[in-house]
Amino acid sequence: MRRRAAAGPKLDLEMTEQMAIEVKQLDRVVIRFAGDSGDGMQLTGDRFTAETASFGNDLSTLPNFPAEIRAPAGTLPGVSSFQLHFADHDILTPGDAPDVLIAMNPAALKANLPDVPRGATLIVDTADFTARNLKRIGYDENPLETGALEAYHVVALNLTGMTVESVKEFGLSRKDASRAKNMYALGLVSWLFQRPIESTIAFLETKFAGKPDIRDANIAAFRAGFNFGETAEEFAVRYEVKPAQMATGTYRNISGNLALAYGLVAGAQRAGLPLVLGAYPITPASDVLHELSKLKRFDVTTIQAEDEIAGVGAALGASFAGALGVTTSSGPGISLKSETIGLGVMLELPLVVCDIQRAGPSTGMPTKTEQADLLQVMFGRNGEAPLPVLAAQSPADCFAIAVEATRIAVTYRTPVIVLSDGYLANGSEPWQIPRIEDLVTIDPNFTTEPNATADDGTPKYLPYLRDPETLARAWAIPGTAGLDHRIGGLEKEDKTGNISYDPANHDLMVRTRQAKVDGIARSIDPLVVDDPDGDAKVLVLGWGSTYGPIGAGVRRVRKVGGKVAQAHLRHLNPFPANLGEVLKSYDKVLVPEMNLGQLAMLLRAKYLVDVVSYAQVRGMPLGAAELAEVIGNLVEETAGIDDDARHLGLDAANLKHGEQLHQSEGAR
Amino acid sequence: MSTVDLGLPSLPGGLRGVPAATEPQSRKEYVSDQEVRWCPGCGDYAVLAAFQGFLPELGIKRENVAMVSGIGCSSRFPYYLSTYGMHSIHGRAPAIATGLAVARPDLSVWVVTGDGDALSIGGNHLIHTLRRNVNLKILLFNNRIYGLTKGQYSPTSEPGKVTKSTPMGSVDNPFNPVSLALGAEATFVARTVDSDRKHLTSVLTAAAEHRGTAFVEIYQNCPIFNDNAFDAFKNPDTRDDAIIPLKHGEPIRFGTDGHLGVVRDGFASLAVREVADLPNGEADLVVHDAHTDDPAYAFALSRLTDAGVLHQAPIGIFRQVDRPAYDDLVRQQVDTAKETQGTGDLQALINGSDTWTVG
Repeated sequence: MRRRAAAGPKLDLEMTEQMAIEVKQLDRVVIRFAGDSGDGMQLTGDRFTAETASFGNDLSTLPNFPAEIRAPAGTLPGVSSFQLHFADHDILTPGDAPDVLIAMNPAALKANLPDVPRGATLIVDTADFTARNLKRIGYDENPLETGALEAYHVVALNLTGMTVESVKEFGLSRKDASRAKNMYALGLVSWLFQRPIESTIAFLETKFAGKPDIRDANIAAFRAGFNFGETAEEFAVRYEVKPAQMATGTYRNISGNLALAYGLVAGAQRAGLPLVLGAYPITPASDVLHELSKLKRFDVTTIQAEDEIAGVGAALGASFAGALGVTTSSGPGISLKSETIGLGVMLELPLVVCDIQRAGPSTGMPTKTEQADLLQVMFGRNGEAPLPVLAAQSPADCFAIAVEATRIAVTYRTPVIVLSDGYLANGSEPWQIPRIEDLVTIDPNFTTEPNATADDGTPKYLPYLRDPETLARAWAIPGTAGLDHRIGGLEKEDKTGNISYDPANHDLMVRTRQAKVDGIARSIDPLVVDDPDGDAKVLVLGWGSTYGPIGAGVRRVRKVGGKVAQAHLRHLNPFPANLGEVLKSYDKVLVPEMNLGQLAMLLRAKYLVDVVSYAQVRGMPLGAAELAEVIGNLVEETAGIDDDARHLGLDAANLKHGEQLHQSEGAR
Repeated sequence: MSTVDLGLPSLPGGLRGVPAATEPQSRKEYVSDQEVRWCPGCGDYAVLAAFQGFLPELGIKRENVAMVSGIGCSSRFPYYLSTYGMHSIHGRAPAIATGLAVARPDLSVWVVTGDGDALSIGGNHLIHTLRRNVNLKILLFNNRIYGLTKGQYSPTSEPGKVTKSTPMGSVDNPFNPVSLALGAEATFVARTVDSDRKHLTSVLTAAAEHRGTAFVEIYQNCPIFNDNAFDAFKNPDTRDDAIIPLKHGEPIRFGTDGHLGVVRDGFASLAVREVADLPNGEADLVVHDAHTDDPAYAFALSRLTDAGVLHQAPIGIFRQVDRPAYDDLVRQQVDTAKETQGTGDLQALINGSDTWTVG
């Protein structure tokens, strides 16, 4: 164990001779900030992310926080954390296990330690390690003193004490002063990983512009933390993760919910339609409402409705009016909206319904991720009510998916479901910013003139006359003279849209609505399979936010010599036209999902392919190592290798990426 | 969508922004080609006829009228009018109409609903629409029964009512729709009767001209499942004593030879008294003021409605006050954002403030 006593804040005076601090090159680092819900860990993580993004690393983040806004301080349920994975190459996940854990109190240490591999660095604020606090969370003794952490590189520092000392001059109460400890920690870690710090200082100046004392204290604490790293002997090594080689272009960092909001606006603008959002607050979708509320200058109207049903109702009413109606929610809200979505299917009006999935059933775990709403959105309506379903595969992909959803909704006059989840919503990654003029153009193609002739020769409007190619119905909006018509949830007569109970007509209309949705497949790209050598026998097929972990798992298997193909679905209804052919060209198809096998069920039903389902529902993203093991095992099983002779999975799971952060005796 | 500004200030508040018709319109133009399928004798026929006769009088373009309904007998209404219309789902018409009204200031938006649709399954949307004061007109056809599902008690049925679902009598306490609307601080609240075309038309006209949500309860007879529920208001022998007529600026006096009147009675309450028994006669009667800002007065009026079998109820406009309409305010914010921040530059937005360039 290499723990040292906490260094006092004054030692820099004596450190006239700087030790030569070694700089180590790393190709990737996973860092996790953990503390009380009130400790500002999400903000700290966001800032470190921004610094890392502007430095040019590839990155992926995983915020993880309790549903309670402020659980009692110092307790295990109150722990909030933010994990960031950054690298000099393109990465796909926020990382399975942190190389560095910053724990701001005993509860944060205890709650996160099970995730931390031996050999990792623990930076621990010792200020709250009192007997009372330790006891409260079930520690009989101080783990910093018992040797319980000797497998780790422990840097125990009185961060709170040093923070208070560093902001003394601002005359804040101890409570207020100590609240800057997250910035002190951020400064220290920024030094350790050589992050550019200008953006954080600029950020603090803006954020606390109205409170000069708080602003100055936070900046002072941030600088003090940085300087402490530089001057104290605590760290013999600094680390460098060089910028990643990324495709030419302009980048920014973006979270899934923000990308979704921007994508919806972009879609509406490409269609030339005003956007009307009807939404009811719900975790983890509310940020989409918040972001869109700021964008009124883009012809965006947001209605915070009285409930989920009114949210989708207002959106559908706006679509009837000729706007792009959008509603955003999570699983429980989608349940409530089902009837109105079904009405949208019958009315054949554009509507974009975003489901930011969370762990269910019922209230479930609101702040935890899951992808178990697939079958709900596919089938959760009365009658035959097919509609297109899309799923974003990464935070930045939420933008492109929203534009695609708008294209389909407007072109085909149909509600479209967009699936995201808590992991994508709050996670972030660098995004190569597209040029707006390169985005698809969407034509609402409003009908403005009669489209048929009555028996007596007078021109008339048939609201359910269809485009022969897309089967989209004619769409005339209120205010169009001569085209007034009535639509509703009762079955429509073909072409006229009049109420009809005719058996043959109903059969025709049910089949037509299905054919319309099925036909969307003709407008989407075929599924692309990543199979570098072209001779893999196993295909890993995923959808939604598992894209990153699956990709990382596949890479691990390939690194240890396994052959495996990967493909990812962004269109779940209809599937890409070549999906059946793809599935049949592999001996085994593995489908990892954060549910109990919902896509697997659809694939088996539609293609009669006996896919292998890998299902985990823990409220957390799948891990790259666990997937590597599953994939490796399946690759060897498919090759006919006996159970006891298999090693690929374990090799891939245990693969160490790049350099170890520490030459620790306790490396796993 | 742009609003067509025809520069015609003559259109009253509720229709501001709706383009005026260029030529006089006839009732016939508003009759759709669909066969009306209500039961013979249904009160809905009278309301439909009145409505088709009244719409041309509004002087707005027919294509700028939009009807939204929920589910129930009355919700078939949009099919029978040659305007834009949506027959939606049970209880949700106010929510759908809100989206429509917000998106389109150039439309005159009407919601047609019933006692089950508006007060039971859709109660939440109704009260929130009223409190927001969205510029739409809600016609609540109250027949005090579920007709389309063949005769179950509704949230306005009298206690003890024996129906298919309440063979031993309903134990539910009913809503008074006008009281409910006033509790939600609706800015326009009125009640009328299906059979009185003149009164119905005058109330509809006032509703159309009101900026904000206009809530109109229409007593409507269901001859099949709840016949004669409003007989007291229709029977020449009883109606004079049954109808408490509300006329703005006039003392509330009614009954054969005006023998009855409404007086203040204790704390925030009103009561019906024999005028002859009043110390100062007519001078003691309440002079109806629909513009009273505090809804408590109109609420007190609404309590003069019988809760059980109806023998007496105020008819007319209870409340008519000005308050900014939700949809106007929402659009105003969009306009203000464009004025102060400029029409959005989408590329600049998605670029954000913190970008880096590779290559």
